[in-house]
Amino acid sequence: MLASSKRGHLGSAFSITEILLVLYDRILKYRPDEPEWPNRDRFILSKGQGCLSYYAILAEKGFFPEKKLVTFCRLDTYLGGHPEKNIPGVEISTGSLGHGLAVAVGMALAAKLDRKKHRVFVLIGDGESNEGSVWEAALYAAKHRLDNLTVLVDYNKMQSWGPTREILDLEPLADKWRAFGFAVREADGHDTNGIYRSLHKLPFKKNKPNLLICHTVKGKGIKSCENNPEWHHRRGLEGKIMNDLYRGLEEYR
Amino acid sequence: MRKMSLEMVYRLAKKDRRVFFIGSDLGFGTLLQFEKELPGQFLKEGVSEAYIIGLAAGLALEGKIVYINTIATFLTRRCFEQIVVDLALHRAKVRLIGSGGGLVYAPLGPTHLAIEDIAIMRAIPNMTVIACADSREMEKMMLKTVDWPGPIYIRLAKGSDPLVTRGGFTIGRAYVYARGKDVLLVTTGITLQLALEAKEILGKKNVKAGILHVPTLKPLDKKTIIKTVRAYPAVISVEEHSLIGGLGSGIAEIISEADFIGRKLFRRIALPDEFPEGYGSQKEQLLDKRITVAEIVKTAEKLLK
Repeated sequence: MLASSKRGHLGSAFSITEILLVLYDRILKYRPDEPEWPNRDRFILSKGQGCLSYYAILAEKGFFPEKKLVTFCRLDTYLGGHPEKNIPGVEISTGSLGHGLAVAVGMALAAKLDRKKHRVFVLIGDGESNEGSVWEAALYAAKHRLDNLTVLVDYNKMQSWGPTREILDLEPLADKWRAFGFAVREADGHDTNGIYRSLHKLPFKKNKPNLLICHTVKGKGIKSCENNPEWHHRRGLEGKIMNDLYRGLEEYR
Repeated sequence: MRKMSLEMVYRLAKKDRRVFFIGSDLGFGTLLQFEKELPGQFLKEGVSEAYIIGLAAGLALEGKIVYINTIATFLTRRCFEQIVVDLALHRAKVRLIGSGGGLVYAPLGPTHLAIEDIAIMRAIPNMTVIACADSREMEKMMLKTVDWPGPIYIRLAKGSDPLVTRGGFTIGRAYVYARGKDVLLVTTGITLQLALEAKEILGKKNVKAGILHVPTLKPLDKKTIIKTVRAYPAVISVEEHSLIGGLGSGIAEIISEADFIGRKLFRRIALPDEFPEGYGSQKEQLLDKRITVAEIVKTAEKLLK
């Protein structure tokens, strides 16, 4: 995808790869050949800029052909720089931050009202948590006692401009979410077994929305990208830069 | 009109389980019966417009038809980004019922005056924009909102407005209320009343005015507008909205691209591009901003001189 478009939010994507893998390998119920299957679990990637990993996993699971990935960001593709609802497997279009949680509250509330068993998952970012609308929606998730809703926070402590502690420190993050009425757990966001252990039995607590803080590293896996704000979003990806990325990936394996 | 629109949501909800209402910190006692009878289709939420739009999008994507009511300025400007992304981009079946369109909340000042709501809502793809003239039109219109695809913005007037409409209602259609030959008055919302009065006065002065009422501001009924305008040498649009981006702008765009043979004289009667000063009542503000019967008559006479 990067090689064909020469651009992308690589750091954001490598921060959430393991979280998405656990969700799509072991947690979510879905049917790739029937993306609108009514009983599917809903997943919203609220931090839409993490879409590179998301697309790769959706393709691997069979929502669309893997060869489609090379069309990333082209004029005539549905795989853009932020995910859109017309992509098989994608619930809503995201990219404007702070929207996913409110929509997830609506979906989780609809499931409760209609006595449906499926669950709603939403992955938000730490930079995204600067948006007031995240906290507005959080207040109501607790009010409506949505224990069928699980929020995952990709807490890599870096946002576009630099470290969150410099731009807007979210600490104490777990206490904040607890105070907002969530049942909170924390995990290493790159330890697939740890994430699975946290999520395999939901809800954490009856009548409370669930929140898992995933401690992550932005750009995880490629030494030159890790915690490097230059890699939040980058253009001009070709030649030596791409070769270095491939080499970095080989080393990580 | 607000009473009728909310009463209609209740009636629709009784008939159709998909119909869902969200109020954002409304006045005490609003829709008590609805809340009691249909608790599974009714939500009493707080002062959180951005959240409410996202919530409504989530409910709509799960098959519900969601009606939201609060003050028009907060329901449009406060959560504009959510309206564009969560509602319009997803063609979510959400109906925004904005209380106090135009100068209705005159005594409450500029924070509560919705003078650009039509302009900003019209600019959004997939959005439908409607301003009814009276509660009779509101009642008929609301029946059509259940199955309409995509989001709708419904602008409410003050209430207890004189009943002036007649006939049926189709979303997206403009209606001829009078046929003349000298000047065409184009209206939306409550300005239909003004035009009907102005037509009588002009008639006595031997000016034959026609009236075209345009309750749906998006999509504009371009075909009817062109067909009707063609028969008149002069056209005046009248609206309780900013000069920028409302009915007058829409009509001007259509006229200027219609390639009529012979020139059309055209004037807009609308609110100036400024924050209204002072308070008073809606009526006093309308007088002050010259959105009046007398102004229509004067403008018509001047144009035709």
